[in-house]
Amino acid sequence: MTNKVTKAGSISRRRLLTTASAGAALAVSPFRINLLQAEEAPIKIGFPVPLTGPYGTEAQDQVRAGQLAVAQFNDAGGLNGRKAELVVRDDKLNPGEAATRTLELVEKEKVNFVVGSLSAAVQLAINNVTKERGVIFNSISQSDAINEAADFSKYTFHEALNPHMTSGAVGRYAFAKFGKKVAFLTADYAYGHEMVRGFLEVGKEFNVENLGDIRHPLGTTDFSTLLPRLQALKPDILCISNFGRDQQIALKQATDFGIKKSIQIIAPLLSHASRVAAGPQAFEGVVGGCSFYWGIEDKFASTKAFNDAFRKMYDGKLPTDYGALGYGGVRTVLEAVKGAGSVETDKVVAALEALKYDYYKGPQYYRKCDHQSVQSVLVIKSKSKDLRNESDVFEVLSTEEPNEKYLRTCEALGHKS
Amino acid sequence: MAGLSFDLIALQLFAGLALGAIYVLFAIGLSLIFGMLTVVNFAHGAFYMVGAYVGLYLISIGGNFWICLVAVPIAVGLFGIAVERVLIRPLYGRGIDYPLLLTFGLSYVMVECVRIAFGKTGYPFDTPEVLQGAVDIGVGYFPLYRLFVIGATAVVLLALWLFLEKTSFGLIIRAGARDPQIVRVLGVDVSKVWLIVFGIGTAIAGFAGLLAAPLQGVIPEMGGTILAEAFVVTVVGGMGSIGGAVLAGLLVGVVVSMTSLFAPEMAKVSIFALMAVVLIVRPQGFFGRAGLMS
Repeated sequence: MTNKVTKAGSISRRRLLTTASAGAALAVSPFRINLLQAEEAPIKIGFPVPLTGPYGTEAQDQVRAGQLAVAQFNDAGGLNGRKAELVVRDDKLNPGEAATRTLELVEKEKVNFVVGSLSAAVQLAINNVTKERGVIFNSISQSDAINEAADFSKYTFHEALNPHMTSGAVGRYAFAKFGKKVAFLTADYAYGHEMVRGFLEVGKEFNVENLGDIRHPLGTTDFSTLLPRLQALKPDILCISNFGRDQQIALKQATDFGIKKSIQIIAPLLSHASRVAAGPQAFEGVVGGCSFYWGIEDKFASTKAFNDAFRKMYDGKLPTDYGALGYGGVRTVLEAVKGAGSVETDKVVAALEALKYDYYKGPQYYRKCDHQSVQSVLVIKSKSKDLRNESDVFEVLSTEEPNEKYLRTCEALGHKS
Repeated sequence: MAGLSFDLIALQLFAGLALGAIYVLFAIGLSLIFGMLTVVNFAHGAFYMVGAYVGLYLISIGGNFWICLVAVPIAVGLFGIAVERVLIRPLYGRGIDYPLLLTFGLSYVMVECVRIAFGKTGYPFDTPEVLQGAVDIGVGYFPLYRLFVIGATAVVLLALWLFLEKTSFGLIIRAGARDPQIVRVLGVDVSKVWLIVFGIGTAIAGFAGLLAAPLQGVIPEMGGTILAEAFVVTVVGGMGSIGGAVLAGLLVGVVVSMTSLFAPEMAKVSIFALMAVVLIVRPQGFFGRAGLMS
């Protein structure tokens, strides 16, 4: 017994010496740098999204497309051979949970960047953590507040549309076409509130009359007690500002109540994943906005390339709106890393600010003062007939081209010039 | 907001009763199992969800909604029977928290299994064609399907009442709930009775899930929210009382509906406010027997 141990011990000591001398030889050789780089930790991108809960369907698409952006970066050689990695966490659509997960991503996982979120409220919680710790956060979900000076920091970027742009585009289209009397059904949190504010603002140009705004809590499964009231208001337009499963159920039940017979339903955002999950009946004829639809591939080469890459990675599936945001959010950060030649925060911030990009939906850039991505807004209508494939769900009615005039001004947001 | 008319209030009241019918259907299964077995079935929401998925599956292989109305309760009931026999039976006589914890854990397992089998994203569930659209009920238009749900709930209640009150087997069940020991002494196999009661309770849960599917689609987590509301209904109605569950379910529906009309933001809270008030005035609920929990 004793012998064996001594023997084993002596072997390992010899091996240690060999290894050490080989290491010393390498240390002085020119190979050293490459070797070290190859062994360097991957570039980590933290990705907190609400995988479970009412927005789960959309969040899963965000992850899929985010993975695609990472795979493309790695296949192209990464940052001089240094690979990237997506560290996904479930924020459960809860600001507290999101803050904890983000903190964990920053402190424990040592992520270099954070991209993600799918809620106007949750992204502010994530942003609070990242801005305090000086980590870049690219938000891929709608919010107006994140542009405002109070929440903004130089580390904060916003790849998604904001409610002001979205409701503006949809409002300009709908109020001119369907009538001036509008009633609202709104999810009672930041997203819904900001959308209604946006609609009312653009409504002023059209002398829109606000008949009333009924609010429901996030995660409502029955709207039957709210719909009779809305119907009794006799609006021309019913504007339903909610998202995910709330949107699916609200549209389904509004259809059951026969609201579509006399009232045009509009939504600031029509979610592709929700339309697929709820089926054509519920969404039929509803008009809304979106940041991306795969069907614009006839118009933009970048969309075609993105669709094809996504199809290839996910057995012929097409990307959705929120998927595209996951892709855009991750890809812009990684392209900036490449451009900066470094993962150093300040250099990447500068590279992001300088980016003029067209990665999936036509030209975009981050506005200097609030890091809002200036981009197009699509106004779409849900289709129920002549569907070419399972992703053929919307028809693009009009496109609002990227233009800073559709954003609130930097001064209005509290930024100094 | 102006425009409060008599028609609107009447329609709102009706919407509340229709919503209440769904609560009732869900809560009677829960109440039945608790009243007879003193098992607080936290997996009731999961059985409800399984009912919706069984319906979804049957329709995908060529069945229709009417076949589902019969097949789903049978399938979910048989599953419930298996659960009682294998998992819950060994826990009888061990205190109320044992089956409670077991069913709580079981609900997570069931939801996770469905996520693995059917995916995390939801599925649409079309309203059967003949029940689509809205009809004029005198004070306004109301979805035909919701009227059907009210009718179906009434049928289930009537059948359950007839079964419990008018059959000899129902007599044994009621006696077993009162005093299992005496029933056993009289030569009745109580464990068989409990097996069937658990099966009926879960069958009704599955049936409720199937009826809810066309209202809100199908998703693995669908049993979660309604479980919280159903517990309020059973507590307000009195734990274990079926009559209490019916009255409380309708009342909760109407309270939600009326709060929605005047202060929609408060609708969700109103359920719990109602429960608090009832518990202060009458701790055992409307028709509850005191001491059942101890």
